[in-house]
Amino acid sequence: MDEAIKMKAENVNFFYGKTQALKDVSLDIHAHSVTAIIGPSGCGKSTFIRLLNRMNDLIPHAQLIGRVYLDCQDVFSHAADPVELRRRVGMVFQKPNPFPKSIFENIAYGLHVNNIKDKDFVETRVIESLKKAALWEEVRHRLHESALKLSGGQQQRLCIARCLAVSPEVILFDEPCASLDPISTAKIEELILELKKEYTIVIVTHNMQQAARVADYTAFFLLGELIEFNKTQELFTAPKDKRTEAYITGRFG
Amino acid sequence: MYIKEKIYRWIFTVLAFSSFVFLVGIIIVLFRESLPLFQKVRLFDFLLGRFWYPTYDPPEFGILPLILASVWVTCGALCVCVPLGIGSALFLNELATPGQRAVLKPLIEILASIPSIVYGFFGMVVLAPFLQQLLHIPVGLCAFSASLILGIMAVPTVCSIAEDALSYVPRSFREASFAVGANRWQTLTKVVIPAAGSGISTAIILGISRAIGETMTVLMVAGGAAVIPTSFFMPVRPMTAAIAAEMGEAPMGGLHYRALFSIALILFLITFLFNIIAELVSRRFRLKLGLAQ
Repeated sequence: MDEAIKMKAENVNFFYGKTQALKDVSLDIHAHSVTAIIGPSGCGKSTFIRLLNRMNDLIPHAQLIGRVYLDCQDVFSHAADPVELRRRVGMVFQKPNPFPKSIFENIAYGLHVNNIKDKDFVETRVIESLKKAALWEEVRHRLHESALKLSGGQQQRLCIARCLAVSPEVILFDEPCASLDPISTAKIEELILELKKEYTIVIVTHNMQQAARVADYTAFFLLGELIEFNKTQELFTAPKDKRTEAYITGRFG
Repeated sequence: MYIKEKIYRWIFTVLAFSSFVFLVGIIIVLFRESLPLFQKVRLFDFLLGRFWYPTYDPPEFGILPLILASVWVTCGALCVCVPLGIGSALFLNELATPGQRAVLKPLIEILASIPSIVYGFFGMVVLAPFLQQLLHIPVGLCAFSASLILGIMAVPTVCSIAEDALSYVPRSFREASFAVGANRWQTLTKVVIPAAGSGISTAIILGISRAIGETMTVLMVAGGAAVIPTSFFMPVRPMTAAIAAEMGEAPMGGLHYRALFSIALILFLITFLFNIIAELVSRRFRLKLGLAQ
């Protein structure tokens, strides 16, 4: 491997009650690269990404067998703290979900809950995050207005800024463009390419062109199994598995 | 077929508008029966008069003691129903396992289905003597006992409305909070409760109207003395209790009768006001969460 492995899933099986959502998935996520997860609905791609920051902990009767590592540390071990993990592994959701607070407070929230109280520092960090999320120019004069007044695309970039403010190492995008128009989508994609210089990125998408455009690596999931994982270019031009080929040529899903 | 449909439509329209008719009818009666009082008694003397001696000669119709009794008892009830109701709502929504929820929620709702006379009995027979012994107070039937019982009675109202408000907070808010490294407590106090804030206020306001309008319990437990309260351990006579206790003895059409109707009118205006405030606040709540226009 030419790049360091940032996160690693090892023989992961995941159950919602008795339904098995993931079957023996092993996957390496390379540092400072974009890893896309594609597959038809219900293939377990969202379940998988939500394991990486233990978001699935909130679901009752869910059960995990297998291991997930962040920098070689088992994130599900008893000593591991999910709160600390989520600070290091941020997440941007399918639907923009700003809090009903001001733009400024939305971004400062992550700092406040992590006990960072120094006002100057918070302000600098808010501005910095908005700039990184390519939103600063649009909102610089109305930082104290409600975040809900922003358009959908702006709200999603605000959510990205909120995530960046706590300086995560990995950012998980769970279908971040599912509810956005093509122009907002293009902006987010551009942003992802910019962000990968500093962060490790995992993105779930049902849009194969999007995966082809932004991802260095692509994983194809089907019915809870990881069918194929490779460099994006190779996966799309020379798929090794027939099912991958069928999916990317649009024969199902 | 067509005629039949028209008839159905007509029947249900009438049924739906009947409550409007009742409301208007009640308001008309309240005003008609009470307003003549103010030809004899000044509104100012009525509202702020310190003596309620309706059967003396000459009678005095000052309802300040009754208003204050209602205020004291309602405030006392709030001190009970707000922590209990909102605490239970938070527990049900945030901490309870599905099993605990399945047991607790119906239990709290059963509390609402107990007739108020039963609460009254409980207050008279169990609570009042118990408090009298425990606190060494001269009478057990006092503002304090009435507050406790009223507070317990208002718990289901407060709890179920606050619980609804909490459950309306979208899951995405919680997820967003967890995703930046907030723990459960921070998510609850900084995101969920502020987002549900006006819904919770509505719950409290409706709890107030419930407590202030309750009659049977205060009639039985509050003690009944129409004097300006100076302590929670004094017997008091809230507005509702005065009406219920005296209406039977007041000659119809007389001044006393009119004065009781005037009390009812004021009570109605108070609860009406509270309900309007609750409606406005909860509308703001739905707007804030983007749930409705």
